[in-house]
Amino acid sequence: MAQSPSREKSQLKPKSETAWWLAPNLTLVVFSLFVLYSAWEVLTHNVGRYQNYLSPYFSPDVGLWLGVPFLPAVLVAWIPLGFRASCYYYRREYYRGFFRDPAACGIHDRSKRYQGETRAPLSWNNLHRFFLYLALVVVVFLWKDAVDGFWYQGHLEVGLGSLILLLDAILLSFYTFSCHAFRHLVGGNIDCFSCQSGGRSRYRWWRTISTLNQRHGLFAWTSMFMVWGTDLYIRLLLSGVIHDVKFF
Amino acid sequence: MATDTTTIYIYRGDASGGEERPYLVEISPGMVILDAIHYIQANDAPDLAVRWNCKAAHCGSCSAEINGHPRLLCKTRLDDYLATDTPVHVRPMKTFPIIRDLVTDVSWNYRMAKRIPPFHPAHPAPFTLDQRDVARIQEFRRCIECFLCQDICHVIRDHDAKDAYMGPRFMAKLAELEMHPMDTENRIPFVRNDAGLGWCNVTHCCSEVCPEGIEITGNAIIPLKERLADQFWDPVRRIFRRSSLTDVGQHEPKDS
Repeated sequence: MAQSPSREKSQLKPKSETAWWLAPNLTLVVFSLFVLYSAWEVLTHNVGRYQNYLSPYFSPDVGLWLGVPFLPAVLVAWIPLGFRASCYYYRREYYRGFFRDPAACGIHDRSKRYQGETRAPLSWNNLHRFFLYLALVVVVFLWKDAVDGFWYQGHLEVGLGSLILLLDAILLSFYTFSCHAFRHLVGGNIDCFSCQSGGRSRYRWWRTISTLNQRHGLFAWTSMFMVWGTDLYIRLLLSGVIHDVKFF
Repeated sequence: MATDTTTIYIYRGDASGGEERPYLVEISPGMVILDAIHYIQANDAPDLAVRWNCKAAHCGSCSAEINGHPRLLCKTRLDDYLATDTPVHVRPMKTFPIIRDLVTDVSWNYRMAKRIPPFHPAHPAPFTLDQRDVARIQEFRRCIECFLCQDICHVIRDHDAKDAYMGPRFMAKLAELEMHPMDTENRIPFVRNDAGLGWCNVTHCCSEVCPEGIEITGNAIIPLKERLADQFWDPVRRIFRRSSLTDVGQHEPKDS
């Protein structure tokens, strides 16, 4: 069958996307910096705790439990990083920013060997829910860390670090509980809410998670910057560059 | 009083080739691109081919590409472009073979539609359905089959993988059937093997161009990927499914 002559690469930019290149390139730069920073943090540091503040890269403190003194973050950081790498929102962003499959809607996709997610390793993104299961456990520990951030040597103490850890736990909770896989587990896998026990409450939960899910991208970005900022704050405290601001 | 005019560039040609030609159009208030094309047909080029029907964004006939972006001609206002001094270029949908000018052959979509396993209810209609159970699939029933989502999908558009992937329109159709509370057919193996869901890399372009605002990626494709993971990637849930702990109490159990 004849192909459309318009199949040639379009020279025309979409009206509303004249700066279409901005978003994928910004994603490329920010994600690259985040991955490099994470690798530096996880692979070159043995300590992630400053007084009662524990960096999210080191939480839960499995290294302490198992008595592993070297690079304890390696034992846990793969969970949140794997959760993000297989996240549907991040997939959209890195397929656009890194793979250019496509860089933006209507922009010619140059990839010659595109296979989508039909082959390994990209088909492993289907394992996203397993990272979710583990991330749910991590979130519990992040809340424990946030509470610990307000207690120092048996006293209630509020510092800038306490508030940062609290905000980190809040944003990571929103990111985790607005996840597409969580939405599916809560009610997306049900065809008939009205004909099963507990269906009414699962429907309400599914609606709530669906509402949160519409902001999943926002939570993905904000929680990523928050993890980054929290860790950087604790790293600067550990290295003595700054001192924690205590409010009371 | 001088009449305001603007130049619109329209692709003229067929399968053997063609080019964009400029046409001068008298601007009238509230004009959409389809109005401009009708003006050109009436004044300059009566042989200009364009497919249209309702002129109200209900029939899905007037799909084309305006400045490289898939849109309905009847729903795109000319003054959006005039306000920013952007020249208007109208071309046929890139993904489908051209017949003439702005008309493309979209019959591949109808062949794909025929391959989808039909609705298979637990018992014959009429049904009494709870609104909570059908609210989700009603979104997909808004589809007007304009095929703009198929046009923008890079899997079909740039990789021409029509043999491997049915495209977002049919993912929405499959999701609609798969999520129907009365349906008993298990289409997930079909979704994986025949419809080629794995080819989609969830870049959301189909949702962005849908004139009906259907969230195709978020509400159809990703839920289907999750259901596929249930059946093919999740041994834990497979065990639970055998114990009938999921989808308990459907009108009729799936896979029955």
